[in-house]
Amino acid sequence: MNEEPLWASESFWKKVAIWVTAGSFLILVVLTLDSLSQTSAGGARVPAYAVINKKVDYQYQEKLHKSIPVIGEDEFLFGQEFSEEEARQLVDLGKKTSQAKNCMNCHTLLGNGAYYAPDLTKAWLDQGWISTELREDMMMKFLMAPEKNARTYGSNRKMPNLGITEAEAKGLIAFLKWMSSIDTNGFPYNFKTIYAEQ
Amino acid sequence: MNVTELVEKATTRVKDFKAWVALDSTNLTDGQQLAVKYFTVAVILFVAQILFGLLAATQFIWPGFLYEFLDFNVNRMVHINAMVVWMLYGFIGSIYWLLEDESQTEIVGLKLGNLAFWVLTAAVTLVVLVYLLVQIGPGKDSSLWLINEGREYIEAPRWADIGIVVVMLIFFYNVVATFSKGKWSGIAGVLTLDLVALAGLYVAGMFYMTNITHEQYWWWWVIHLWVEATWEVLVGVIMAWSLMKLLGVRRKIVQTWLYIEVALMFGSGILGLGHHYFWIGTPEYWLTIGGFFSALEPIPLVAMVVHAVYDSGTHAFKNGNHPALAWIIAHAFGNFFGAGVWGFMHTLPQINLYTHGTQWSASHGHLAFFGAYATINIAFFYLAIQHWRGNVWMGAGIANAWRWKWALGLLNVGVLGMTIAMLVAGYEQSFIERAVEGSTWGGYFTAQNHPSFQSAMSWRLMFGLVTAAGLGLLVWDLLTTGKGETRKAQVITQH
Repeated sequence: MNEEPLWASESFWKKVAIWVTAGSFLILVVLTLDSLSQTSAGGARVPAYAVINKKVDYQYQEKLHKSIPVIGEDEFLFGQEFSEEEARQLVDLGKKTSQAKNCMNCHTLLGNGAYYAPDLTKAWLDQGWISTELREDMMMKFLMAPEKNARTYGSNRKMPNLGITEAEAKGLIAFLKWMSSIDTNGFPYNFKTIYAEQ
Repeated sequence: MNVTELVEKATTRVKDFKAWVALDSTNLTDGQQLAVKYFTVAVILFVAQILFGLLAATQFIWPGFLYEFLDFNVNRMVHINAMVVWMLYGFIGSIYWLLEDESQTEIVGLKLGNLAFWVLTAAVTLVVLVYLLVQIGPGKDSSLWLINEGREYIEAPRWADIGIVVVMLIFFYNVVATFSKGKWSGIAGVLTLDLVALAGLYVAGMFYMTNITHEQYWWWWVIHLWVEATWEVLVGVIMAWSLMKLLGVRRKIVQTWLYIEVALMFGSGILGLGHHYFWIGTPEYWLTIGGFFSALEPIPLVAMVVHAVYDSGTHAFKNGNHPALAWIIAHAFGNFFGAGVWGFMHTLPQINLYTHGTQWSASHGHLAFFGAYATINIAFFYLAIQHWRGNVWMGAGIANAWRWKWALGLLNVGVLGMTIAMLVAGYEQSFIERAVEGSTWGGYFTAQNHPSFQSAMSWRLMFGLVTAAGLGLLVWDLLTTGKGETRKAQVITQH
């Protein structure tokens, strides 16, 4: 004898819970496989590491109502052309350094992290580096001795000296340049790059 | 003074302290004795969380404070790590607490469980010491293996990751073996499957990747699928058991609700993961999927409020542990507002484009973690204390009731105050830094230097101090409540 309506039945909701969970997870797995393949380095959304040999810009597209990365002509980093493998190693050193120095607990990367210091997603393109001629040198000095080359913008907030070596600083700059070329669906919005000013 | 004298002195102090708190572990079952060990460490880490939060909040106002000694990144890392770990300790403790009662048998593998507790606690201590004393390393794999991985929330170095997985496996063994020996139930089934997911997901965060898009993709699998899916279900399990024990709600009702909550929680939360995939390089379809499913995430939280309040109402709030029930109710509302409303406010991509990476997230994070998880753990601390003292009466008319009431009030007002202050700061950042200035470094600092941001940071520190005062009172109350109480709590029967 079972006069209980379906919506009040324990076993009915148990089945719903199992099917909904399994179904959602299955969809997530399929989307994950697709997303990972679309975002491998070298694809349209996440460029190959050798993109650090090129001019990277981020330009507003009227039609799309958002900015997208624009990869241009040659613009070597540290006056040197890197093969894909050399570029990968350099970016890898930078990425690893960014983790070992715990950058993410002050800064945000791709908008994720802490909110004590500026976002690094498009840091390579920031107008704060004044001009493309000065940029690499300013970044090197800043990363290796931030307490002396502080960029506080009147906030008194200074990056501490993290003991970053010259090689690590170069790696970090390569990592930032590569990251700025990732298609982030228009985040950040309305960003004016160092090229826009020139 | 030599070392022996120091040790003797410390031992005497500990003995004096034990005599003062007068807790009697013979009142507890084996599983409960293990549970209170976890609760004790949880409370200590809770205190650490608040202390390091205060340091970080102070640095927002005086950036020179502890500069190049304990920098913001260190304080912030300890602040959020202590939080994640104390909440996990609280959950593990709660599960050990209810395990024997729910399975109606003695815990299996107790020795191993105890060993796991000491291993985990030693590892946590070592990790925190390294965070504080070593802080950072060179850009090599060894830094990620030994110092910290530099990934928000799961900074613990790789060696500790492996240790955590081993401890989780032992914990999982305790749970499954005990239910297998005793009795399975709906609650036991949901709990077991949830623990599989919880432990399995952690593994997704244990890899280094050069490609930051891939790395953040998996990183969110851990963070999101923990706090917005598996942790919520775990809390649902704990809540279901608590409502039976505190109010005598019938098993059939809580289990049916639990299944509904699981369906709604996983149905919205698993694909709601997409709201973290808007701007990290992942395909555009996540804007639609993430926006839609994460917008549904508040629904199960509404269901949980209805469930808790309805059951409390039908049982006329009659129960023998007022502080615990009050914190359960605080949990139901805190979860709904903190995780639900505050999350929904900035979850659609059209607004998230401007709020992403601002104090909005911090505002949501504070109210959500407190409302959803701190509250229910505190409820369990009260439940544990009650039984540790021999199931004493902790209902109406207990001595020094002002302490738990003020602790409840101060903690809630403190966290809510911080939340509102950071929300104001987040609004200001979204408009000035994001919308007007286009998120340049100049724009970032223009927003940080704005008077409304600056005053918001002062208010945040002030309410942080209110929170700390509430926590101090809570610890005092937990140590003393029920002391000298001779009345026994009524045994609650299901009706």
